[in-house]
Amino acid sequence: MDYNFQWAKMFTGEPALWMWEGFVTTMQISVTSLFCAMILGIIICVLRLTPFKVFQWFSIVFIEFFRNTPLLVQIFFWYNAAHFVIPAGINQWMNDLYYWFPGSFSLFGHEYVGEWMLFNVELFTGIIALTVYTSAFIAEEIRAGIFSIPKNQLEASRASGLSFLQGYRFVILPQALRIVIPPLISQALNLIKNSSLVMVLGVTDIMYQASQVESYHAMPFEAFTVALLIYLAISLVVSFCITMYNKHFMIQVMY
Amino acid sequence: MHWDIPAHDFTYFLYGNTVVDFTFPFIHNPEGLVASVILAIFGIFGAFWIGLAAGLMRLSRRRWVKLPAVAYIEMIRGMPLLLLIFWFYYMAPVVTGQTMPAFTTTMFCFMVFTGAYVGEIVRAGVLALPKGQMEAARSTGLSNVQAMQLVILPQALRNMIPSFVNQFVSLTKDTSLAAILGVIELTRTGVQVDNREMVASFEVWITIAALYFTICYVLTSYSRRLEAQLSRYQARDR
Repeated sequence: MDYNFQWAKMFTGEPALWMWEGFVTTMQISVTSLFCAMILGIIICVLRLTPFKVFQWFSIVFIEFFRNTPLLVQIFFWYNAAHFVIPAGINQWMNDLYYWFPGSFSLFGHEYVGEWMLFNVELFTGIIALTVYTSAFIAEEIRAGIFSIPKNQLEASRASGLSFLQGYRFVILPQALRIVIPPLISQALNLIKNSSLVMVLGVTDIMYQASQVESYHAMPFEAFTVALLIYLAISLVVSFCITMYNKHFMIQVMY
Repeated sequence: MHWDIPAHDFTYFLYGNTVVDFTFPFIHNPEGLVASVILAIFGIFGAFWIGLAAGLMRLSRRRWVKLPAVAYIEMIRGMPLLLLIFWFYYMAPVVTGQTMPAFTTTMFCFMVFTGAYVGEIVRAGVLALPKGQMEAARSTGLSNVQAMQLVILPQALRNMIPSFVNQFVSLTKDTSLAAILGVIELTRTGVQVDNREMVASFEVWITIAALYFTICYVLTSYSRRLEAQLSRYQARDR
């Protein structure tokens, strides 16, 4: 093992900056996609629970298709293939996004011009892919949470004079959310880890920056180890939060 | 629409230039869907043994047995698979002094990565059994290891089968990451054909997605059926 470790180089100059930028980009992508995926997931779940067969079939096909194909293939699909089928106007709009959201900020004396939210097509595609992929899982989890509440709870609330929506609002959802939130948080964790895949599009997230540092200093081992530690720190913090949440808010549902 | 292009390259998607003969590994240079399936099967096979060891170690009461398993499971579950693949790809030459083929690297990474998740499945499966099973086994005179081997694991493993199938599905999807290191599996053949033809991206990626979907959907429905069947035989507290 005659490898010359140069850890110091990782924490000074360009590599440190790049890794920081990568971290910021990863968090931006994750937070944006998580927000959109929650909304889309809830919509899909509601469609699944409506009594209309057409909506049910749409959401079943949506969920099964996006859960059973690899994220990487979906990313390639959205980036390479989707523009053949979506209208030209939307295409043009996506290509112009960069000029709409330039933005700039300065940090540690470094001016990030147009890098704060580098809203190019690649990032947009990555966010779409992550959103759609995650929303399928989120829809399933919310549905499982709602289904795990016994049906007679709704019947009882109806019998006590609440309307259907009130029954959901005051009886079902407060219980279901308590069950659903831990898996949703671990889904968020999965989303952060999955966001490393957008590097294949050239989005400058942690993985991309690590490979950039690797080619800059020719020290692959250190670069990827630092990236590993960043991801590990994120997920350990989040799973610590889950544990805390569970300790404080878990109730035993009585049946 | 150029559906003739994926139709023409369909066999390339399925097995690429895979060489089959009658000397030992039988399949040399697996490519296309064959490579994906081989990666997934070998991955889940290795992951089963790694996960069984890790899960049982994590259940141990001794700290020096438990801690390595906890560290392994928590670390692997906290990092993206892509990162593990890259990290291992660059670490292998540092440790062994020679580069490792991409296929072997990714296969090893799939084993290690899935092993951590299987470890959690094993732990959950063993903990799901009623405590009385272990106590009864111990009181009939079996040692701790014997009780585990003869009473707990046969029941627990049987209940874990649906989870294993689900893990196999997610591993099948994860094998697409081998494409990034240049292993010519299903996704990579898609990239190649897409780049060669330029006009048929939509058709090519729909075909690739459909191939993955077929495998994963069949397995998912199978696991749902298994879950319904096996839950009848589960030992319960009540």
